[in-house]
Amino acid sequence: MKITREEVLRVAELAQLELTTEEVELFRGQLDEILNYIGKLEELDVSNVEPMAQVLFTDVGSPTALATANEHPELRDDALRPCDVADAILAQAPDAAKPFFRVPKVIDR
Amino acid sequence: MTAAAHWTIASVRSALQAKKISAKELTKDFYAQIERRNPELNAFLALSPDRAYEQADRVDARLARGEALPPLAGVPVAIKDVISTQGVRTTCGSKILENYVPPYDAIAIERLEAAGAVLMGKTNCDEFAMGSSTENSAYGRVRNPIALDRVPGGSSGGSAAAVAAGLAVAALGTDTGGSIRQPGACCGIPAMMPTYGRVSRYGLIAFASSLDRIGPFAGNVADTAAIMTVIAGHDANDSTSAALPVPDYAVEIEKPIQGVRIGVPEDYFGEGLDAEVKAKVEAGIALLERLGCRRIPLKMPHTEYAIATYYIIATAEASSNLARYDGVRYGLRVPGSTLTEMYRKTRERGFGPEVKRRIMLGTYALSAGYYDAYYLRAQKARSLIARDFSDAFQKVDAIITPTAPTPAFRLGEKTADPLQMYLADIYTVTGSLAGVPGISVPCGKTKTELPVGMQIFGSHFSEGRVLQLAHAFEKAGGASI
Repeated sequence: MKITREEVLRVAELAQLELTTEEVELFRGQLDEILNYIGKLEELDVSNVEPMAQVLFTDVGSPTALATANEHPELRDDALRPCDVADAILAQAPDAAKPFFRVPKVIDR
Repeated sequence: MTAAAHWTIASVRSALQAKKISAKELTKDFYAQIERRNPELNAFLALSPDRAYEQADRVDARLARGEALPPLAGVPVAIKDVISTQGVRTTCGSKILENYVPPYDAIAIERLEAAGAVLMGKTNCDEFAMGSSTENSAYGRVRNPIALDRVPGGSSGGSAAAVAAGLAVAALGTDTGGSIRQPGACCGIPAMMPTYGRVSRYGLIAFASSLDRIGPFAGNVADTAAIMTVIAGHDANDSTSAALPVPDYAVEIEKPIQGVRIGVPEDYFGEGLDAEVKAKVEAGIALLERLGCRRIPLKMPHTEYAIATYYIIATAEASSNLARYDGVRYGLRVPGSTLTEMYRKTRERGFGPEVKRRIMLGTYALSAGYYDAYYLRAQKARSLIARDFSDAFQKVDAIITPTAPTPAFRLGEKTADPLQMYLADIYTVTGSLAGVPGISVPCGKTKTELPVGMQIFGSHFSEGRVLQLAHAFEKAGGASI
């Protein structure tokens, strides 16, 4: 067994999910099956392999094109731009009092 | 000229220019078709008639003034509901965004509209694009217009079904592990995943940011190429967007394919591949050979690790990206007496089972004690899979595989078994992990008339070559092989 009921509950807590009792049992079984399948990766020798954290282009053609594709060609200027979007954004909020989002009280004093 | 299924970008253009129909009449005809077919198909989640008719009027005004038409003038398009559309509800197929109306447009949407396209509405999909059958939508499943008891594939099933049923001339989907190509195969239409970085993700609601891509569905390869020309290109709003020039793909597809080296990796033709699909794709490869391509056998030995690798990386990224749905700034809020209780109740009520399952898997893979064993190992495996591709492209110009191991499966067939559902993406996730472009092109039908898709991968940014092969294949009768 790859994953226990307790681990499912711990992960749900980390992920801020409030699972029902049925979900806990269902997910435990399904995650167990998936993790068993994923265990396949243990067969691979990855001792001299770099992790691929982002897509790198190795086959784009000319060295210039390769460099352009891999590096950020033109970082944009760090310039102020108008950003008058507060009303539009707050209009989507479940509870807002401009310029704030309102949430349940976090700190008791 | 009202049979919507027969329209192409070229026929829309010539009909408008010859004044056989106005953009407004065409839009109206398409909405009439949608009204008629959508109750059964459930391909559209929202329609945007105000926006569509406004755009159609602009096209008609240009025509009346005798001005030249932009490349997609009057072309009705459908948009997967994970792509932001200003003022048009965008749900990602999720209850957590049931009433979300984006305050801005994705760049792909801006570019389509600037090219004259008419945005008809938003299409159904698996919740947050997580699925291979469109059965994970909170707003009901989509039926495959070719076979109503079958899935349209997923996650972009609504977009694929809309185009296949003639409810739009083209559509945008998104592809993270196969979500454009596999539904294209299931519904019998061309469907393209561009190179990572080719099309800006700005305004695409994130699932797995190192894998997500926007790409087109259309009724033929020429139309797919036309959409690509419009949506591709650098965008300063997406730091992963590549600043490489975009060729005119309409010109690229007409180039000859004589002597093109096509690699056929044996690893994609083994156990698990349906015999009829295998036979059709073999026939498709033989057709490409008759057209002058050179077949080169390949080994891509890490193919069998792709699904395991993908389901760690994609779920890890998803668990992080979907942390934003907390009931604070937008979307659903379920009240709670504390902040944490509010988060948990909101996420419990707002997310469906597949999304929760993936958040759980991703959180687990990233959590203390498991990071090295799962996430880091998967990132290394991703390097090996990408290396299979770069090694192959030293020897070949394109790689040909089946798009999916089976034709469209029955509704409900795989919903109880998540792992079986994941395996529907076994031939598509490889290219997703490597970042290369790929297209699924119709490649005959099974005895029961279900479409088969053949997948063509190219090296990074070689969309022109991929489209060129697909176009030659289509012209030579590949769809009825």
